[in-house]
Amino acid sequence: MVRTKYNWLATVFLIVGAVFILFPMYMTIMVAIKSPFELAQSLLGIPARIFWSNFTQAISITHYGQTFGNSFFITFFAVVLTILTNSMVAYAIARNMHSWIFKGMYYYFFSAMFVPFPIIMLPLVRQMSAIGLADSIGLIILYVVYGLSFNVFVYIGYLRSIPLELEEAAWVDGAGRWTIFWRIIFPLLGPMNATVGILTALWAWNDFLLPLVMLSDPNQYTLPLVQYAFQSQYSTNYNLAFASYLMALLPMVVVYVVFQRWIINGVTKGAIK
Amino acid sequence: MVRVMRSLPYTIMTLPAVVLFFYFHTLPALQGMFYSFTNWNGFGPVNFIGLKNYIGLFQDPQVLHSYAFTFEFAIVTTILVNILSLMIALALNSRIKFSKTFKAIYFLPYVLSTLIVGFIFNYIFSNVIPQVAQQLHIIALTQNILGTGFAWVGIVIVAAWQGAAFNTILYLAGLQTIPEDVYEASSIDGASPWINFWQITFPLIAPFFTINMVLAAKTYLQVFDQIVALTNGGPGEATQSVTFVIYTNGLGGGEFAYQSANSVVYLIVLVTVALIQIRILQRREMQF
Repeated sequence: MVRTKYNWLATVFLIVGAVFILFPMYMTIMVAIKSPFELAQSLLGIPARIFWSNFTQAISITHYGQTFGNSFFITFFAVVLTILTNSMVAYAIARNMHSWIFKGMYYYFFSAMFVPFPIIMLPLVRQMSAIGLADSIGLIILYVVYGLSFNVFVYIGYLRSIPLELEEAAWVDGAGRWTIFWRIIFPLLGPMNATVGILTALWAWNDFLLPLVMLSDPNQYTLPLVQYAFQSQYSTNYNLAFASYLMALLPMVVVYVVFQRWIINGVTKGAIK
Repeated sequence: MVRVMRSLPYTIMTLPAVVLFFYFHTLPALQGMFYSFTNWNGFGPVNFIGLKNYIGLFQDPQVLHSYAFTFEFAIVTTILVNILSLMIALALNSRIKFSKTFKAIYFLPYVLSTLIVGFIFNYIFSNVIPQVAQQLHIIALTQNILGTGFAWVGIVIVAAWQGAAFNTILYLAGLQTIPEDVYEASSIDGASPWINFWQITFPLIAPFFTINMVLAAKTYLQVFDQIVALTNGGPGEATQSVTFVIYTNGLGGGEFAYQSANSVVYLIVLVTVALIQIRILQRREMQF
């Protein structure tokens, strides 16, 4: 049976939905590139020319260069360290699931997924300031450590599909566990590393609550946190605020447009495992 | 001895992770439980007061209201998001033009910062909708919804706008596991699309339904960013979620021990909800 007929009902539904999704994005751009005067005249119309001073003003108010740098620094190291360490922990656990100690570790990390962040939030803030880690370094450590509970689970699901024979052959040839992991297993984990990396990047880049409670020094504020901290300064000037929102959202949107297929696949894989 | 040597690298690989995880995750949780039985608020001596904090919670209108609001919000949003994303996934999975473009558009909200999305919608609710409503003379919508008793509806809309992306992708992955010939067989039998969906499609993607319901409920029961960006808990205390109350009163309001007790209760509630959901939904899966 050959059906080449397009489903028009579905198409119309999707177009309506897409307009609903894209409208706030369109509006954000329009408000960001207008002067307050033009905004008062027409809310959604395309302006005659781009009012760049919204952006230059937003850059200087939010210290965009520095704030972007903070977000990038935290996200970059959270991703790299998460991939390197969490995969290794998962490997060691996956190959020792017969031992009650390692099985215990697995359930220990896994059960933490059910623990909501608010329950650890209050004591954590005190603890981190007591040891002088209420800063971006501390934040990176928390992303890497908290990531364990989900990532170990995801990595182990994938590690089960890698045949043991590969490792045994190397073991017989005299390779140590470390060599086996870094030379053989880690490269094979490529697709899962991508998934974990993408999920960690989205989490660290967009997170609000953890930076809000952890970062005491305004010079270390991340992009979302700065939007929150500067609300009062924007309140009278929506154009300025939206220029700032747009610049905060844009890096991830660009990354998304470029790596779109990877990101969707990565998130799907992470969720199904 | 040989066995120990063989497993030594495995121990070195995992031990630091366990220690760090205990220190940064389990220890604060235990501390929270410990302080929940005291009246300690950050300074001075620690006095045990037994269950007084817990008893207080159940008589505290602000706390009780925050649980009621959080549950209402989470139930409505979870159902709405799952209906929407299932519909979107079904549409994306059917024969359509530009399916890749649509998929890319529908997933876009997932990569955006929830807080900033909230700020953008805040402007839509406070300025765009009232302005448009005025021009069209729709009196009911000329007011900023976030300042009314329907503020929660605004929060639901924003959460669904962003949250549908993730669930859609999951449902789509589920739909793509269904082989085409299953439908062909039933279309020969002359089944209508509606019957097709309930008799064939839905049972086959039931596991994805379970994951989606559990994950969505977990996410929305912890709602925080949207509240901060849209209403800051208002009007009054109407849209204060549990997380919002723990954050505001616990860190800024001098209720460290009291809100620690609140978070212990919250933990118990969330774990219970997750377990009940998994139980019920898995039993349903079996029936199909």
